[in-house]
Amino acid sequence: MFPERSQDRLMPAGTKRFRTEEARMTTPAPPKLWQPPLRGLALAAQKVPQLALFVLMVISLVYLGLGVGVLLLPLVVAAVRKLANRSRRLAHVWSGVRIAQPYRELPPREPGFFGRWRRCRQLLSDPATWRDMLWTIADPVVGTVLALMPAALLVYGLEGLVFPFVWDDLVSAGYDDHYAGLIHVHGETGLRTWLMPLVGMVFIGLGLWAGPKLVTAHGRFTRTLLGPRSSAELAARVGHLTRTRGAVVDSQAAELRRIERDLHDGAQARLVAMGMNLDAVEQLLDSNPEAARALLMETRDSSSKALSELRDLVRGIHPPVLSDRGLGDAVRALALDSPLPVDVVVDLPGRLDAPVESAAYFAVSELLTNVAKHAKAGRVWIDIRHDRDALRISMTDDGVGGAAASAGTGLRGIESRIAAFDGILAVNSPQGGPTMATMEIPCALFSPKTSSS
Amino acid sequence: MRIVLAEDLFLLREGLVRLLTAHGFEIAAAVDTGPALLDALIEHRPDIALVDVRLPPTFTDEGLRAAIEARSRIPGLPVLVLSQYVEQLYARELLADGSGGVGYLLKDRVFDSRQFIDCVRRVAAGGSAMDPDVVVKLLAGNASDAPLGRLTAREREVLGLVAEGRSNAAIAGRLGVSEKVVTKHTSNVFTKLDLVPSDDDNRRVLAVLAYLNS
Repeated sequence: MFPERSQDRLMPAGTKRFRTEEARMTTPAPPKLWQPPLRGLALAAQKVPQLALFVLMVISLVYLGLGVGVLLLPLVVAAVRKLANRSRRLAHVWSGVRIAQPYRELPPREPGFFGRWRRCRQLLSDPATWRDMLWTIADPVVGTVLALMPAALLVYGLEGLVFPFVWDDLVSAGYDDHYAGLIHVHGETGLRTWLMPLVGMVFIGLGLWAGPKLVTAHGRFTRTLLGPRSSAELAARVGHLTRTRGAVVDSQAAELRRIERDLHDGAQARLVAMGMNLDAVEQLLDSNPEAARALLMETRDSSSKALSELRDLVRGIHPPVLSDRGLGDAVRALALDSPLPVDVVVDLPGRLDAPVESAAYFAVSELLTNVAKHAKAGRVWIDIRHDRDALRISMTDDGVGGAAASAGTGLRGIESRIAAFDGILAVNSPQGGPTMATMEIPCALFSPKTSSS
Repeated sequence: MRIVLAEDLFLLREGLVRLLTAHGFEIAAAVDTGPALLDALIEHRPDIALVDVRLPPTFTDEGLRAAIEARSRIPGLPVLVLSQYVEQLYARELLADGSGGVGYLLKDRVFDSRQFIDCVRRVAAGGSAMDPDVVVKLLAGNASDAPLGRLTAREREVLGLVAEGRSNAAIAGRLGVSEKVVTKHTSNVFTKLDLVPSDDDNRRVLAVLAYLNS
């Protein structure tokens, strides 16, 4: 019940988590004329469940002493966070206001009533929970006014437009006083009645002009309530850095051990054997030239094998084609070597930092291996581009889907590998496919080196 | 036969010079950087260029790029590229101009000097020499290709050897069968892949490589 799947996993501030469909979203386009009032209405409509959740929060807090609250609270908090995340997302999409999620990362859930009690304590000790609660009550009061204003101005303006045509009916129905700003209409249709459409147009103009501003103001207001406070942001950042640094150090140490072992058991051992063989050849050269020749052949084979092992090792450390050509061609080379047909589109007018290049390359390589192994896909599409200060890679396959970061170590490994660069991975893989994996790594792009030949 | 050689590691360069001279080749120039290679090729117009992929000053694919550049300036210039590793991507780029006289081999192939010299002569004569590793990758990369799936194991083996650039006689020697049997296999392969058969070894190789590269 509690959102711990990779898609919704609560992320510390400072990392941006996005849903796949938004991965390619550019900075929000300026809204069309009719959009802000409608968006305002949609935002206002959300205040109703918000208020309901506030009431539920209060109830579960009051009954926390009894068992009911312990069962209820995690569910309510999850619902609040879901709604708050929706508001954060809408603030970004509709007003360009980015709001990071301030939640602390939660430890894995423990079973039983005691586990639920622990979960409640974890949730309540997170300041973000209390700020969310404040939002559920404060936003309906202030936010509703901001959200309804654009539509209200338009409705009021439209009323002015139709005013002259219905005024006589209103008067005969006994309603003969109307105030519009400073203008007071009274009695029979007259000059003032016909001023009403003008006033109405002014209000419509005002509504259309102020609409986007009001929606943006709503977004900003949402940020003051739902955005992380700077101290919380810093604390979360430190936590994130510590965690990713730990992962990097661990994986590097493991990598070095693997290289050491490969060299020790592979090339090094072969060189020793070759040295011994050559010594034997020297002994045999005069007495038994035939045997010496056979040994020499064996030694040559040995050196070939040692070279091929070293080649594989080098490829695993840093593939030569990556240093030669950069990420684009290295991925094209991967695609050529894949048993699946892979379409690669690259839009990188330059080179990336070597560590980013390497992390991205191995992430793509791992994803591609996953697809070949598990997806039963007939085709794969890879798209690589650098856009808005981030490297964006998406890989889509037409396979059976059902891939989840929590299921295998592969996706986890990729996640932690790119997390060291504040990169994120989102996987959208419904049962039955298709699967789309998207990576985003903030980084700079350097202008291409000028060829010296 | 005159050779321009580009290899930045002194030991390897000297080794290659010694090997080639011993087999009666004349070394027109032995250089160690990409720009020097291009200059030497244009100045000496050798019968074949032997090029290491990774060369100074960038220590990336300098040699490969110089070789491709030289072939565009001197059309048909035979080039044999040597490398510590082989990439299908690079093989495709070398083959892209569709004319022969291209070789792409792992440096280890030098160990077998007889075969290596054979490759050098073949490329110089306008043929091709693809490393078995490249051919294996090319075949694996076309695993989902339906016509390839219809080949028998023996036909695939023959196809691989053709792609490496070998003549029927060489394939026959390698497989320990008669040349007639090989001819039968190759004609089967060409029919199944819907390729225009050709008696000319070079054109035959190019057709196969073009097929695998498409």
